[in-house]
Amino acid sequence: MNLTLKVWRQANADAQGTLETYPIENVSPDMSFLEMMDVLNEQLMGKGIDPIAFDHDCREGICGMCSMYINGEAHGPDRLVTTCQLHMRKFKDGDTITIEPFRANAFPVVKDLAVDRSAFDRIQHAGGFVSVNTSGNTQDANAIPIDKHDADKAFDAATCIGCGACVASCKNASAMLFVSAKVSQYALLPQGKVEATDRVLNMVKQMDEEGFGNCTNTGACEVECPKGISLENIARMNREYLSASLKG
Amino acid sequence: MMIYPAVHYTMGGVWVDYNLMTSIPGCYAIGEANFSDHGAIRLGASALMQGLADGYFVLPYTIGDYLANDIRTGPINTESPEFEQAENEVRTQIDQLINNNGKNSVDSYHRKLGKIMWDKCGMSRNEKGLKEAIAEIKALREDFYKNVNIPGKAEEFNEQLAKAGRVADFLELGELFAKDALERTESCGGHFREESQTPEGEALRDDEAFTFVSAWEYKGEPSAAELHKEDLNYEEIEVKTRSYK
Repeated sequence: MNLTLKVWRQANADAQGTLETYPIENVSPDMSFLEMMDVLNEQLMGKGIDPIAFDHDCREGICGMCSMYINGEAHGPDRLVTTCQLHMRKFKDGDTITIEPFRANAFPVVKDLAVDRSAFDRIQHAGGFVSVNTSGNTQDANAIPIDKHDADKAFDAATCIGCGACVASCKNASAMLFVSAKVSQYALLPQGKVEATDRVLNMVKQMDEEGFGNCTNTGACEVECPKGISLENIARMNREYLSASLKG
Repeated sequence: MMIYPAVHYTMGGVWVDYNLMTSIPGCYAIGEANFSDHGAIRLGASALMQGLADGYFVLPYTIGDYLANDIRTGPINTESPEFEQAENEVRTQIDQLINNNGKNSVDSYHRKLGKIMWDKCGMSRNEKGLKEAIAEIKALREDFYKNVNIPGKAEEFNEQLAKAGRVADFLELGELFAKDALERTESCGGHFREESQTPEGEALRDDEAFTFVSAWEYKGEPSAAELHKEDLNYEEIEVKTRSYK
């Protein structure tokens, strides 16, 4: 396959960015999108051009590091996959592919396609945990009975890898899908009940402070989410938030 | 569709004690990063076992307990000779890598190393191949430090520099893998040593000589690593040969 890539180049957070055009030849349809980027970088370095910075780590769809906004979609045209699991066979010979970073005020560009998603970490630090005592005689997690349906829903919420595709896809750059998944994961389990009130209030407060937008129920996040996190979680978070606000 | 057996996991990992603490006090290695649970073979579908077992059944009793005593220690002063030495070593390596006007990309070394490991230190290995692998990796490591090219600066977000640091580690670890494989002259678990097989071509263990865990202590160059043998004592089970026939 021969492709034309239009790639966002930006030297650092303060620099002016621009779309640069790079042709690439002999791309195997079996390559992953990131492998194709590796090959391009190898070619650019051969010509003395600075390689394109992009985030990646596990390359098997479980770490949440890779991002990229490909042809107007977070993680590209395929469904329920991250960019590392997007294959070049999803494109056609001769295609022009536009590659941009995830765009949101709360995700400033670090360089080229790499953005700073530490806002998500700070939201997690605000409440995405359960406290345990440190006496060394912690209750065995298996000793607490949990309803199968609750366990399943909590697990579904916990599959969120925090990649930020929801934010990048949302017209309001809202992080509600991410935050609601993290709230739901604990709200559904007995271990999470103790700190439930503080958790939802603190996480939503941090989310607002980071500059993420609000949810207007468009649902683009759910469509683009590589893990298929359901909008139902947002409804659950809103219920949790309302009841926590009433309790104060 | 072409199907072939492939290495998708490497047995072993960082040495830890029963609390999953490494030889550095307070530094825990959790899940598949450590060596503890799987031994010489990790069966398919038990991939998550180590993460779950460590996270569910071990860490709640150990890491919190350690932190409870340590939490009053407060911030640790970085103005110590040890910290300065470590910082200088890292800076020296970064400066050396970034100012090295070589010709070859980091990825090219990663691929070459992968090829050596795949060909000579894979599921099936022999003495000749392992000795070659050790020499080739050593030569590749020396070539890496002379001829690697890392564009950009050290003070910016520099993916190639980060990758170079990892590949530098792989170039040491790969040689240690081969050294360990060379010394263990039996076939065991996922590793088939070609010189150690039954007349039917099945893997042949040597329990007399090798019923121990090999823990290698870092001493700089991989060739200088020091072996600590941790005996495996089976009390409840009888050690047998697993047969798929």
